[in-house]
Amino acid sequence: MITELGHFALILALVVAAVQTVVPMVGASRGWRGWMAVGDTAAVVQFALVGVAFAALTWAFVTSDFSLRVVFLNSHSAKPLIYKISGVWGNHEGSLVLWILILALFGASAAVFGGNLPATLRARVLSVQGAIGVAFLLFSLLTSNPFLRLAEAPLDGQDLNPLLQDPGLAFHPPFLYLGYVGLSMTFSFAVAALIEGKVDAAWGRWVRPWTLAAWVFLTIGIALGSWWAYYELGWGGFWFWDPVENASFMPWLLAAALLHSAIVVEKRETLKSWTILLAILAFGFSLLGTFIVRSGVLTSVHAFANDPERGMFILAILFVFIGGALVLYSLRAGELEAKGVFGTVSRESALVLNNVLLAVSTMVVFVGTIWPLVSEIAFGRTLSVGPPFFDAAFTPFFVVIAVVMPLGAMLAWKRGSLTRSVWPLAGIAALAVAIGALAFAVQSGRSALGPVGVALGTWVIAGSALDLWSRTGRTGRFGRLLRLPRADWGKALAHGGMGITIIGIAAITAWGEEDIRAAQIGERWAIGAYELEMRGVTEGQGPNYLTTMAEIAIRRGDEVIAVVYPEKRFYPVAGAPTTEAGIDIGFWRDIYIVIGDEQDAGGWAVRSYVKPFANWIWGGAILMAIGGFVSLSDRRLRVAAGAARAPVAVAAE
Amino acid sequence: MRALAIVLALWAGSLQAVEPGEILDDPALETRAREISASLRCPVCRNESIDMSGSALAADLRVLVRERLVAGDSDAEVVAFMVERYGEFILLEPDGRGANLLLWLAAPGAFILALGVGVATIRRRPPQPDALSDEERARLDEIVGR
Repeated sequence: MITELGHFALILALVVAAVQTVVPMVGASRGWRGWMAVGDTAAVVQFALVGVAFAALTWAFVTSDFSLRVVFLNSHSAKPLIYKISGVWGNHEGSLVLWILILALFGASAAVFGGNLPATLRARVLSVQGAIGVAFLLFSLLTSNPFLRLAEAPLDGQDLNPLLQDPGLAFHPPFLYLGYVGLSMTFSFAVAALIEGKVDAAWGRWVRPWTLAAWVFLTIGIALGSWWAYYELGWGGFWFWDPVENASFMPWLLAAALLHSAIVVEKRETLKSWTILLAILAFGFSLLGTFIVRSGVLTSVHAFANDPERGMFILAILFVFIGGALVLYSLRAGELEAKGVFGTVSRESALVLNNVLLAVSTMVVFVGTIWPLVSEIAFGRTLSVGPPFFDAAFTPFFVVIAVVMPLGAMLAWKRGSLTRSVWPLAGIAALAVAIGALAFAVQSGRSALGPVGVALGTWVIAGSALDLWSRTGRTGRFGRLLRLPRADWGKALAHGGMGITIIGIAAITAWGEEDIRAAQIGERWAIGAYELEMRGVTEGQGPNYLTTMAEIAIRRGDEVIAVVYPEKRFYPVAGAPTTEAGIDIGFWRDIYIVIGDEQDAGGWAVRSYVKPFANWIWGGAILMAIGGFVSLSDRRLRVAAGAARAPVAVAAE
Repeated sequence: MRALAIVLALWAGSLQAVEPGEILDDPALETRAREISASLRCPVCRNESIDMSGSALAADLRVLVRERLVAGDSDAEVVAFMVERYGEFILLEPDGRGANLLLWLAAPGAFILALGVGVATIRRRPPQPDALSDEERARLDEIVGR
């Protein structure tokens, strides 16, 4: 019964979304206030209805209602409660409902918090958002309905893929979706602005918080996914350049570009048409990601719902929305006139360079991702494009971004002076080179990657610190530091986080240690500066799995600094194994140990790794996200509400 | 990375990569073997190198790579041998021959193009705003208190 209510709510949401699409749009073009206001109500009602549907589906998973097809295929009564809940979005149908829920959430937030927007703009934004909702609700109901029943309810389910039975599943997809779907807001704003034919500083200010929020969520989502892969896959890789990862990385890069160009629109009223184009493309890449994941057109380790019919549906959504928006863009972009004037050496120019580099990086990832497809269709060559290509083609652009970042961040608006910005940075450059040289001296005879990465990271981190410090003036500097606008802090934190991630990636790639052996019980072996001891192996049983658990002591000198328990699990219902690495987490390094099969010659296969600076990779990403949140809380963005209302108030007096 | 890892789905059975028994005694040869196998795709897996894949075929290929190295092949010869057997599909880093030139030149080409557009944008001077009208001039004088 609850299931049917959920099903009905989802259908009702489709009807409401259709109303939300049509009525406010007509109202805005005719100037009918009542019709425009329908958008607000519809957005909130749509969110409530999708919420009911999502809750009903969750209820079915929690109560293990195996008469539901998705529950039967993806759940099991013995599964721990948390994985019953997160299992709701561990499958195609359920994750799509989550996607739609978040889409409706953004629409409802725009209706509730968008009080400072002009009525026509708000109505149009909500209408476009409603249209996206219609498309995805149709997609769900027609091709991927989660509420379908089985004629005969089985006694128990087939269980969730064991690799997904991890806290990572609880958080990674929701954050990623918040990011992907958040970009739908910027898309809606861009399309609404094109329809209105007006993009000004105020538009830049309204669209920036949404972009920033989407980017922050995307950052967290990608970092969580990377961390999850790191500890779950059993060899400590953190990024694979897999098509599905690339699908999340491309919108991230474009959102970062958009974030920066929207600043130029807001502060200087120029780069408008480029910013609009970016907003359209960023969401386009979100949809492309959805297509890649759910169509199976590219071979990926992230197999999801590989169904051509679903693929075609998403492709149709992609063409209608992005194609439509681009046509609108080509018709209207000419009317967007740049206002601000700026010199060749200026913050504006630096931000243009930032956008060039980020856009080209996106291109590299895009071309590499679809090349196997293009090559096969157009040239009849079946080939692969893997990590070696991306490492070689992508890294140079990111190195340039890192080199330019501190310089651009300190240039003045309108007309900057290179000498004035460069001189203070000379000390930072010297520091970076010195630390790089130190790293080179310590490592003795390995690739240049480590030292160069560390020098680059230092340059970026120290550059952000100097940027912040240089804004404090000459007296009472510490006091002023605390009173700087939060946007300045956010920028410094995010840029610094980038530097930390760069160091982490370079160090883990250049200086990792690895040992693979058949370890006997009691055997000791050295890895890096540590000594490991295999103390024993025990068999055990979890709620829905069997486990083989090793006990391994980690020594430094004579002292035992940690004991880890790597596991090899087998899930009988799903018939699949997983590894649970034993990780001793540290600031400077992780020690990462995986247990394998029992060997014929006695002993167990044990892989052990020292992963230097591993946590810097995700720590940096988290810092970037915190920087985004801090910037989001800036007074300027909150005050925008008052600023927009002020002229109205004056007119009334 | 959408559903995360989903990542992980289909990973099943591929949990163990290089086994202790496969490792060569000569560390220099072993290092070369690891580098080569990290650049070769496992033909039956989804987008994994034979170095990280746990499938039986990947294990066979890892052993094969090592056999060729022990037999005295150079790295290039080993790779050529594998390509001959499995086609260029096995290369994770596509070569630059023929149409693949497009793949490799796309990034530098796009960069030069984008840089050109960027410079043009920066150099372009938007029309200067019109001079103030007498009325505006008077209002401005009033504001600045002249």
